[in-house]
Amino acid sequence: MSELRPELQKICEWIEPGSRVLDLGCGDGELLEWLQKNRQVTGYGVEINQQNVLSCLKKNINIIQTDLDAGLTDFADASFDYVIMTQALQALHRPDKTLDEMLRVGHKSIVTFPNFGLWKCRLYLSLKGRMPVSKALPAQWYDTKNIHLCTVNDFENFCAQRSMTISKRGIVDYNHRPSALMKLWPNLFGEVALYQLDEKKNAI
Amino acid sequence: MINITTQSVGLVEPKTMHFDEALSLVCGKVLEQYDIVYETYGTLNAKADNAVLVCHALSADHHAAGYHSKEDAKPGWWDICIGPGKPIDTDKFFVVSPCNLGHCSGSTGPRSLNPDTSIAYGKDFPMMTVVDWVNYQQRLADKLGIKQWAAVAGGSLGGMQALQWAIQFPDKLHHAIVIASAPKLSAQNIAFNAVARQAIMNDPDFHDGRYYDFDTVPSNGLKVARMLGHITYLSDDAMGDKFGRELKNEQLNYDYGVEFQVESYLRYQGESFASRFDANTYLLMTKALDYFDPAEEEGGDLSAVFKKVKAKFFLASFTTDWRFSPERSKEIVSALTDANRDVSYLEFESNHGHDAFLVENDDYIDAFKAYMQNIEVST
Repeated sequence: MSELRPELQKICEWIEPGSRVLDLGCGDGELLEWLQKNRQVTGYGVEINQQNVLSCLKKNINIIQTDLDAGLTDFADASFDYVIMTQALQALHRPDKTLDEMLRVGHKSIVTFPNFGLWKCRLYLSLKGRMPVSKALPAQWYDTKNIHLCTVNDFENFCAQRSMTISKRGIVDYNHRPSALMKLWPNLFGEVALYQLDEKKNAI
Repeated sequence: MINITTQSVGLVEPKTMHFDEALSLVCGKVLEQYDIVYETYGTLNAKADNAVLVCHALSADHHAAGYHSKEDAKPGWWDICIGPGKPIDTDKFFVVSPCNLGHCSGSTGPRSLNPDTSIAYGKDFPMMTVVDWVNYQQRLADKLGIKQWAAVAGGSLGGMQALQWAIQFPDKLHHAIVIASAPKLSAQNIAFNAVARQAIMNDPDFHDGRYYDFDTVPSNGLKVARMLGHITYLSDDAMGDKFGRELKNEQLNYDYGVEFQVESYLRYQGESFASRFDANTYLLMTKALDYFDPAEEEGGDLSAVFKKVKAKFFLASFTTDWRFSPERSKEIVSALTDANRDVSYLEFESNHGHDAFLVENDDYIDAFKAYMQNIEVST
């Protein structure tokens, strides 16, 4: 897995070989290409950006150009083993609706997002009194695509409220390594949060 | 005189293939014999696995790329996509571009002589469907020694033929390229076609389709039909940008002559079309569009039809196309994903409406090229 971006490696560990996968906001198609070659998955990437779509075509993966905010109406209920969305949740107009759609379309959904509860973000805001800008979130408040940032606690509260079942959780740093601190205080020390949610009919 | 660039297939010549084997048609009639005019570009390789079938839409024909003479004002209809280094790269692929049965550019059609009567078929020419075209195209492939197409490609009505190929002969193509198309016409689409047909059939020179015998042409009807069609091929934006409310002359005359530039443009389009196209063919082509509905065999369930498809699909639409809007292409994409078939779908920004698939556009050309480059052929 050496050639794959670290943030995608953990997701690959979660995917059963031979699965049918839908990768939402798949970027240049790196994850799907790797999964196709190494995990024999089938499926589609969904992406809106023209340059990214072109990269996907060059990688010979199935790519569907559409706007995630417009919903997943093109896809039937429970038609995928996994619906994956990496680092796109915070950029959606209605992440709650998209999550609902993911659970409708997939048996399992995998979501990753930057944890805004990270101590660095808190410190930046409390000491400087300004919106945090970092290597992971480099944009300014006025031009950021990340319009719905959330924390680990926010996300887990949301899942509880909506009766969404979290079946796996990974709290890691930007290189996707876990640590003891992150295990103890995920909301304070986790840089990136990864979740696997089960489809609703399995919810207790 | 035109300047033929290195990206052009250059000067090309149509060929004719005669078929003596009777072709049974969907309408129940049989065409005992027929001619198909076609062009080819590039070279068929030893394994004959690099052939691409290009299917034309309503008003185009076999002349898809290059020039017939150095005096030609324009190249073939899909020259932006066919040629050396272009998406359908003729250095790699062998392109076959036939003129459909029922057309007026050389293949057997209403203007051809009916061997039973020795006069032109006229309205007796049997009704054509996309299924029938795919059948003759399959026979043409056989005669050319092509067992399997690397790809079948087309836009609009041509895209419907590519779609039908994947359904009708699932083992005989690897890729289906369906651009600015639809899985069937909407009521609005059929309505436009119906009005176009009424314009032609109500022309006093139509003579119930026998106008060849009267040495007349229902050109007024055909003009109106084309003007109507043309409006639906352009977007509101494109017409607005091109003409706005610009006047033909300096001031309004308050009469019924041509006052606005857009009227003048439409009349020109209608006239130039009527001078080269046959009215019976126009009627027949619009009917073929109306009849197209491959989902019908599965009670309207397109994804059930796609279960037997083996080809990989490349679909594309254009934002301002309202004749076959992006939503129509998405219906095909959705049915393909439901059937778990391989498909890529792109939606390109363009203000050229339905005609956008014939217009140079970097995103469109780059994406189409990227897809075609991944198609494997032997060397």
